[in-house]
Amino acid sequence: MTKTITPEPADAELVRRAQGGELEAFEALTNRYELRVYSLAMRMLRQEQDAEDVTQQAFLSALENLGGFRGDASFATWILRIATHAALKVIRKRKGLDTVSLEEATEPADGYDAIPHPEYIADWRQSPELLVHTNEIRRLLDEALAKLDEKHRMVFLLRDVEGLSVKETAEALGLSEANTKVRLLRARLQLREELTLTLGDPGRRITRNLHDH
Amino acid sequence: MKCAELLAALNEYVDGTVDPAICEEFQKHMAGCNPCQVVVDNIRQTITLYKEGKPYQLPVECRQRLHTALRERWKETHLRGAPSPS
Ligand SMILES: [Zn+2]
Repeated sequence: MTKTITPEPADAELVRRAQGGELEAFEALTNRYELRVYSLAMRMLRQEQDAEDVTQQAFLSALENLGGFRGDASFATWILRIATHAALKVIRKRKGLDTVSLEEATEPADGYDAIPHPEYIADWRQSPELLVHTNEIRRLLDEALAKLDEKHRMVFLLRDVEGLSVKETAEALGLSEANTKVRLLRARLQLREELTLTLGDPGRRITRNLHDH
Repeated sequence: MKCAELLAALNEYVDGTVDPAICEEFQKHMAGCNPCQVVVDNIRQTITLYKEGKPYQLPVECRQRLHTALRERWKETHLRGAPSPS
């Protein structure tokens, strides 16, 4: 695309220019994050039209609220948070809930007591670096993610895939940090279990009775 | 430290935010407990797979609609007289 050697302007610089009225700067920010926002929305909602709507709403909302963006968080975190709110709205609508927060609905706080113990334990047959680009793996990742409860999936996506901090993840989802951590643990353990069922080397399976101490 | 206690500290350990004293116990436990060692490895690999995977492409038409919408909204909020009310 561009042949100049000048480094890409930093997000903060683009934000400043967009705040000053430069549409091109805002579009550059959009170019930088649109795929990430769309992918997050796809993984949260698993439906293309909803993902597109959420992506559009997120950037439109960012455009309108740009004046209020003070740079306390990075632009990336900010836009992902806006997209998360939009995605939560879609989820609530699907569930027929209007005002109740998805995350607080009728649910006792999670504790560590009921965390399921790992069942299928085995080294994987290949390293993730070798696995990551195959179609088979993509499908496997998608399916495993789809099996998670929404409340666990959302936390995993923001914290582990998008790299938000626990605090940022908690804020974006309207959760306490303690609850966020427990949900993250559940998500990680369940995904590990699912993936290991397929990727684990059966010949190196470690049986559970060795593990009771 | 027991296996169950290790699970409770797993997040912090994997994220590198675990208290040093607990970290030491954690590592001691893993050195003597192969299953827990493997579980920790698996979890790290799981996170890596999801982080590195780029499963989607933004459809071209979808991207065009997005940018068209942004330009229109930009015009509405920037050109028609005063800055947007807020
Ligand atoms: Zn153990």
